[in-house]
Amino acid sequence: MAAPLSVEVEFGGGAELLFDGVKKHQVTLPGQEEPWDIRNLLVWIKKNLLKERPELFIQGDSVRPGILVLVNDADWELLGELDYQLQDRDSILFISTLHGG
Amino acid sequence: MCQVGEDYGDPAPEGPPPPRPGRELKCVKCTEGLPVVVIRAGDAFCRDCFRAFYIHKFRAVLGKNRLIFPGEKVLLAWSGGPSSSSMVWQVLEGLSRDSAKRLRFVPGVVYVDEGAACGQSREDRAKTLSDVKLILQTLGFPWHVVALEEVFALPPSVLRCSAPEPVGTVGTYKVAVDSFLQQQHTLEAEGVGDSPSSAQGEAQPSQPCTQDPQDLAGPPLAGPPPAAQTEALSRLFDSVKTLTAKEELLQTLRTHLILHMARTHGYSKVMTGDSCTRLAIKLMTSLALGRGAFLAWDTGFSDERHGDVVVVRPMREHTLKEVAFYNRLFAVPSVFTPAIDTKAPEKASIHRLMEGFLLRLQAQFPSTVSTVYRTSEKLVKAPRDGCASGPRCLLCMCSLDVDTADSATAFGAQTQDFSQMQPPTPLAEAGAPTVPCRSAEVGRAPNCCQGTRPCRREDSRAHVIEQLCYGCRVNMKDVPSLDPLPPYILAEAQLRSQRYGPSPEIQEYLLENSDDKAHTSGSGAWGPPEQEGKDGQTACDCINKNIFN
Repeated sequence: MAAPLSVEVEFGGGAELLFDGVKKHQVTLPGQEEPWDIRNLLVWIKKNLLKERPELFIQGDSVRPGILVLVNDADWELLGELDYQLQDRDSILFISTLHGG
Repeated sequence: MCQVGEDYGDPAPEGPPPPRPGRELKCVKCTEGLPVVVIRAGDAFCRDCFRAFYIHKFRAVLGKNRLIFPGEKVLLAWSGGPSSSSMVWQVLEGLSRDSAKRLRFVPGVVYVDEGAACGQSREDRAKTLSDVKLILQTLGFPWHVVALEEVFALPPSVLRCSAPEPVGTVGTYKVAVDSFLQQQHTLEAEGVGDSPSSAQGEAQPSQPCTQDPQDLAGPPLAGPPPAAQTEALSRLFDSVKTLTAKEELLQTLRTHLILHMARTHGYSKVMTGDSCTRLAIKLMTSLALGRGAFLAWDTGFSDERHGDVVVVRPMREHTLKEVAFYNRLFAVPSVFTPAIDTKAPEKASIHRLMEGFLLRLQAQFPSTVSTVYRTSEKLVKAPRDGCASGPRCLLCMCSLDVDTADSATAFGAQTQDFSQMQPPTPLAEAGAPTVPCRSAEVGRAPNCCQGTRPCRREDSRAHVIEQLCYGCRVNMKDVPSLDPLPPYILAEAQLRSQRYGPSPEIQEYLLENSDDKAHTSGSGAWGPPEQEGKDGQTACDCINKNIFN
């Protein structure tokens, strides 16, 4: 049983347009059976934060190619990508490098 | 092998567990720092090494190509987006260095407000503009903010290729650098030089501002463009049938406007922020759009198609991932503005589709983008001809790649489409041979319709179309009416079709003429293009007289 986590989720490069134009979101992830990783977080974001056109942000169980993910200002490729286990007070940033955001 | 094992073994026994799992890796460069970004398929860099790597790459691209002379005025085309913002900040960084390593050109920045083409409201545009101006003011470079609406006030001459500056060789570059340095030394010795010390900080590079003090505060804050022009621009973009054609049209108009700004303010180079990722996408998109003949110009480091103003792409070795990380880690300010394709589905345009295709491939095969990009590097511009050596596309200003003899199958198919697309007017159907004649010889059609009064409108469309390259012709199929186009395009088209009257004869004459020049002046195969241009024009006039009298 993972305890609830408080994390900061941020969007940039135009990705924020899919979230009502709001860049920074302070969110509390509820406690759940399995530990929170990026994979779960994406599902949670899709359900709770994403306002429109989910296909422009999520493809399959990952982000759309062209969207970068930074965990505490470090490349998620260094941290195991989807399998990175979130810690309390982590900040996760999604930057779109796609044309037009 | 043992060493690697030792490296990995080292940090483990240190007391408390590392705060972040999976970060026991070290920077590949300094082998000490904590890596923050993975580039080039698996190379992890720490913050400092990444910064050095990024800056070095920018300077290396400029140094390798030796195209920008000391003291030269360079216009930085800044869209507010990540790559061009990073480019502007790299220039700023380069100018704040101590003298030996300082960039020696004189930059200015241009921002084109494209809000009207992208359907932004007046308020949103004003908000964006105030953000833009805030950033421009902190830069300290001379800057110019123009609205895309100003294309309606462009002169037709913007579409003419002016004489290029004498092509600089490596030798002349060195001479120029030496004389520049000498000049600087004497100035400093006399105490007149502004010798900026590196301690001045990034916000205040004193060097660039000296050139154009009246520009420093920016142009007098012109109000928003007239509503009529905004309306005309949105009408134009609304009339275009596909997003693909809209994107191409926007790019064309933007290029013309920036070119005009560069010319009127005396800049001889324009820097654009195209990144390696963008250029790879552009290469594939251009191929799909029928612009294969111009790939080297569209995607190369330098683009000399305009003659006097050369476009250079100093960000072409940086991937978008590097750009995004750099901007984030080093707080490079940028302004996000919705583009014409914002929120569009992936299959909305060829540009969009190609972007999705390449990026998805890149996600599975990390060297996709660099492989495509390397291809663009190998393309050779051929023939490297001067301006007057042949007709140029009215819109993209590349040498016409169309086959007037109509032998190429693609061209044949395209012209046939074109004739079908034109609804024949009743009179034309009744007797005048406009339709068959156009489908057969669109390449030299200017006078084929003469005498058939009713098809004037189609006629003017034909005049424009025949002056386009293959790619632009295909694109213009999605622009149902040419009337909403800015007047300079139509005016120049008319001028050209008058000038080039019966084109085969002119063509012959021009070629002979350039041969003559080469013989008499002995200055290489192609004489000074400006003169050639003038001669060509007098030739046109002569022939016109002979033929029409």
